[in-house]
Amino acid sequence: MTTAQLAEKIKERFPNLSQTEFRDEISVQVPLEQIESACQICRDELGFNFLVDISSVDHFGEEPRFEIVYELYSLEQNIHLRLKTKVSEDHLEAPTISRLWEGANWHEREIFDMMGIRFANHPDLRRILMWDGYPYFPLRKDFPLEGKPSDMPDVAFSDVAPLAGGPFVSAPTDTGTKDREPRARPPE
Amino acid sequence: MATIAPAAYDSKVEGNIIFSQLDACINWMRKNSLWPMPMGLACCAIELMAAGASRFDIARFGAEVMRFSPRQSDVMIVAGTVTYKMALAVKRIYDQMPEPKWVIAMGACASSGGMYRSYAVLQGIDHLLPVDVYVSGCPPRPEALLEGLMKLQHKIMHEHAIEDQKRAQFEGVS
Repeated sequence: MTTAQLAEKIKERFPNLSQTEFRDEISVQVPLEQIESACQICRDELGFNFLVDISSVDHFGEEPRFEIVYELYSLEQNIHLRLKTKVSEDHLEAPTISRLWEGANWHEREIFDMMGIRFANHPDLRRILMWDGYPYFPLRKDFPLEGKPSDMPDVAFSDVAPLAGGPFVSAPTDTGTKDREPRARPPE
Repeated sequence: MATIAPAAYDSKVEGNIIFSQLDACINWMRKNSLWPMPMGLACCAIELMAAGASRFDIARFGAEVMRFSPRQSDVMIVAGTVTYKMALAVKRIYDQMPEPKWVIAMGACASSGGMYRSYAVLQGIDHLLPVDVYVSGCPPRPEALLEGLMKLQHKIMHEHAIEDQKRAQFEGVS
């Protein structure tokens, strides 16, 4: 099955969903209520037996604010599909798909840890990178890169990192290597 | 600080007798069998392993006995990025090491946080532990670690072992 045929099949199954294509990669925008059944259909009927990754995006200032991105892959047919679903800040909860793909367990824990999106019925929803009890969600856009101080006696603490005028980032420019290379460019 | 001569050998005295000071003897014994606690946390640990392997051979300086139990080690080599999540575990392992103990901060991350100016990384292990020797580099070459180890040996030779022990005892009493 080619990507175009896949697109046809998806349209049969999800007639009302918006779909974008970029460089032969298909992304389907799924409402949050349907994401679990959509994943189920993709796995059982369309043959997507491999969950590559789940990631999340913070569209700060937009509504709904968060977006979860599911990357699916079919090892038999060698095709790739991306599902996207929006999550509102007022109701930060999405259904878990660790029932369908075991690997989703840790991906969802990471999203919970970094973005603060909870997953309903997740078997083990703990933080995975930061320690249990850390009060912030550090990958959100309104969290500063240098971090915030926190203290949890006998577990961990955190402090603000000295950025010395940074962060050190490169900026796209036509002028030359000298201006392009990473320098301390504080956020405006 | 005056260097304590490690030993004075008087050939005029018959037999196998060497005159020395207790401090000098203790220091000499300590510095030549530093058992490291390899706190390998990132890529610096690879260089630490290289320092332990045949080409660089840390055994030449008596520090080849890598102990994975803190209770048997003298010097903690913090090799790598210390995240806040790991920091208190490192501190706990350090607390379990018996006195006397030393700390080598190996590489930029352990010394200062390195390139990780981030919410998750402790900006230098010296926020938690008393560091004796900092080794620069990202990661440092094994030679640099050996140089740091020699610096530490030099430092140990200048310590006042008996005096420090007494002071520690009195501090424990008061």
